[in-house]
Amino acid sequence: MTQNAPNRGPHTGRRGLLLGGGGLLLATLWPVKGLRADAGMLVEDSTAPFAPNAYIRITPDNRITLILPNIEMGQGIYTSSVMLIAEELGVDLNQIEMEAAPPGGGAEITGGSMSIMTEWKPLREAGAAARTVLVQAAAKRWNAKPESCTVESGTIRHLSGLRLTFGAVASDAAKLPLPKEPQLKSAAQYRLIGKPQHRLDSVVKVEGRAVFGIDVQIPGQKIGTVAASPVIGGTLKDFNRDAAMAVPGVVAVLVTDAKDAVCVVGDHYWAAHKGLMALHPEWNEGENAKVTTQTVYDQLHDGLKGPAIVPTSKGDAPAIIAKSHAHYSAVYQQPLLAHSTMEPINCTAHVRPDGCDVWTGTQVADRARDTAAEITGLPKEKIAVHSQYIGGGFGRRLEHEYITQCVQFAKQVPYPLKIVWSREEDITRDRYRPAYVDEVTAGLDEKGHVTAMTHRVVGPAVVARWDPPELTKEGYDEDLSVGTLITPYNYPAYRLEFARREAPGVITAWWRGVGGTRGLFVVEGFIDELAGRAGVDPVAYRREMVKDNPRALAVLDRVAKEAGWNTPLPQGRARGVALQFAFGSYMATVAEIEMPENNVVIIHRVTAAVDCGQVVNPDQVISQIEGGLIFGFSAALYSEITLKDGWVEQKNFNTWRVMRMNEAPRRIDVHLMESSEDPGGIGEVGTAAAAPALANAMAAAQGHRYRTLPLLSPRNLEKEAAK
Amino acid sequence: MLTLRVNGQTHTVDVEPDTPLLWVLRDVLGLNGTKFGCGIAQCGVCTVHLDNRPVRACVLPVGEIGNRAVTTIEALDEADPVVHAVKKAWIDLDVVQCGYCQPGQIMAAVGLIRSTPNPSDEQIDSAMSGNMCRCGTYMRIRKAIHQAAGDVA
Ligand code: FES
Ligand code: FES
Repeated sequence: MTQNAPNRGPHTGRRGLLLGGGGLLLATLWPVKGLRADAGMLVEDSTAPFAPNAYIRITPDNRITLILPNIEMGQGIYTSSVMLIAEELGVDLNQIEMEAAPPGGGAEITGGSMSIMTEWKPLREAGAAARTVLVQAAAKRWNAKPESCTVESGTIRHLSGLRLTFGAVASDAAKLPLPKEPQLKSAAQYRLIGKPQHRLDSVVKVEGRAVFGIDVQIPGQKIGTVAASPVIGGTLKDFNRDAAMAVPGVVAVLVTDAKDAVCVVGDHYWAAHKGLMALHPEWNEGENAKVTTQTVYDQLHDGLKGPAIVPTSKGDAPAIIAKSHAHYSAVYQQPLLAHSTMEPINCTAHVRPDGCDVWTGTQVADRARDTAAEITGLPKEKIAVHSQYIGGGFGRRLEHEYITQCVQFAKQVPYPLKIVWSREEDITRDRYRPAYVDEVTAGLDEKGHVTAMTHRVVGPAVVARWDPPELTKEGYDEDLSVGTLITPYNYPAYRLEFARREAPGVITAWWRGVGGTRGLFVVEGFIDELAGRAGVDPVAYRREMVKDNPRALAVLDRVAKEAGWNTPLPQGRARGVALQFAFGSYMATVAEIEMPENNVVIIHRVTAAVDCGQVVNPDQVISQIEGGLIFGFSAALYSEITLKDGWVEQKNFNTWRVMRMNEAPRRIDVHLMESSEDPGGIGEVGTAAAAPALANAMAAAQGHRYRTLPLLSPRNLEKEAAK
Repeated sequence: MLTLRVNGQTHTVDVEPDTPLLWVLRDVLGLNGTKFGCGIAQCGVCTVHLDNRPVRACVLPVGEIGNRAVTTIEALDEADPVVHAVKKAWIDLDVVQCGYCQPGQIMAAVGLIRSTPNPSDEQIDSAMSGNMCRCGTYMRIRKAIHQAAGDVA
């Protein structure tokens, strides 16, 4: 397979995909929430106009191309999507070429661990539908029955030994009606699914040939770097244009209409960077200049009292708690987090009177197109969005404000303009994972078992800004339920509450596993506390609670066995466990650590058992769990965005600490459970497991618990020192 | 005007001598395999070889390079047994995720194996800790370096 680096020149919009000659073009609607996945499937002769957004294209010369809207951010989604189609189509992975689809029907959103979950059926059906008509076309030519034909490696064979390639019958197949319910293989027939396949994007990435957004080179392009108001809502007060223009290589200084950002453009980044330093922008900071980290936390703690939305309730939990033998409460606090994807934010745009091209890494290509249309005043058909490889998404590229910003600058100049944010800009003008405060209360019987549980979440509703119709009538953001409402534990009575508090002076956003990451730190920490109070081993305590949940029980037992939970620990070490059901997958995790000093955590070993349903590409699932855990450990130990006078205090990797290789676990063992359930998500699962497993291990090591993240914050360590 | 030797070719570039090599590679010569991550020698995604040794291109002013040879990911010589073994191990073990840090990781790994043919975990950690990976591919990088070192030996 070749990865077409979609680094096309201007003027190649969607029509660039149309074929000159005949062939089979199977178009399907990419699955989105609320749309029946099979509703849009159709076969068209390739010269017809089309509106769907994912395609299988087979040309008479037997080239098989998949055109998928999904964006590769590292989760290996290209590979697994291709596997699903190829499995049913009956082709080998190395026979396939890939293209990125242009924005289409509002479906190009890659996030929320949903890719494999939403694609699982439709992509196999698309492959099966294409195979069905190809076989029919071949059978017709041979005057044979389709049942007497088999398919392998893009070739149709008849019992008699006759053979035709897909390409040879592609035009005929395009004229046949598609089967309503294409016959899918049984799991026993899989040749690709469930068998480890190498990533299809490895080679280009290893050779440094993968084109990320920041690498786009458009003839005539200039490079700009940006300073936006460091305080949300601020505007430009003053800047030294002459000094900036005097820097060799600087060609322009551009300001947005709202005067909330300025861009210095140069022949290369260094000229632009020096120009921006010389420009020395000053700001009218406005209202939010008063905001500090404490303002954010105070406002969250305030939400622990007073009215709240009740998204779910089972039994009368507060009344049961009041009558219980004992009750116990704890408050957990979690900070604002930046994404700091390895590839800093960037976007390239070329605005012309007759059209606009945008080259960028985005998880929301359709929003990119819409914002460009709005800013340029051009009709949507005149906007072409060229999606590039993404150097880390983690939710950051579900935002498109940097595309809006780029087009605002680019429309002021005739040349293609690439904006590249400095790392400082990337961290200080991020849209952050919200800070949260949670309070959990359990009613307990004589043995310390839970009789009822209440859980209040205080924080913003990210979806209210990001996708307002998704906010429930009551004002609830269902993302908050992950790991909170949906737990492996079947509490006898339960009440979940949400008190919405939008952080002042910051914009909050999605972040790898946001709801689950928040929820599990609280729930799994609290369950550990309850086990401790009951004097019961944390695994045994959880086992009792999930005894009627076979998938949860199985991962817990497996991890306990593989991690040697019941075996003695080497001197100075401690273990912590966490159990979860999140993003459609079950996982149990054991972290084995050592704390030679209060501020040093050595993660010796992490063991995980994962049941994510039918596994498509096992080694890539393991890779995602490993990476997800490390991403989560990094945040849990070190990460907190703080604000002073409205400014973000962390600026670059010297003040925003990210886990490095010498701090990474010595060893991670991931065990995948056999399962034929529909696939669950995986990209965010490991991240969500990290903080609770680690915090529980640290509590075991230290004999007391940090309920505030990050675990190694000065706040926690000072308390430690004061002891 | 400055003269630079990059990937075996001599280039004359019209930039200020304080311009870091990274931006000359990327924005002047169009060699975009070398990445930008921090600009302050913290992350390692800009790692290139200067006379065969890994350096951070984001803090290396072109005016200080002189006649020394610059090698970037694009020109790592496949015929070199270390390069071949490193790339092969990376592909065998499917190390990459988003891939953005990987050119820098590979340049650092090649440099490490050249200077320390059979590195221990500790030596790998200390040589590679300047190369961040936000996707968290560290486990596989460690393994790949061991495998590559074994293949070369
Ligand atoms: S960009 Fe050079 S070390 Fe980060
Ligand atoms: S693979 Fe994404 S940053 Fe390393």
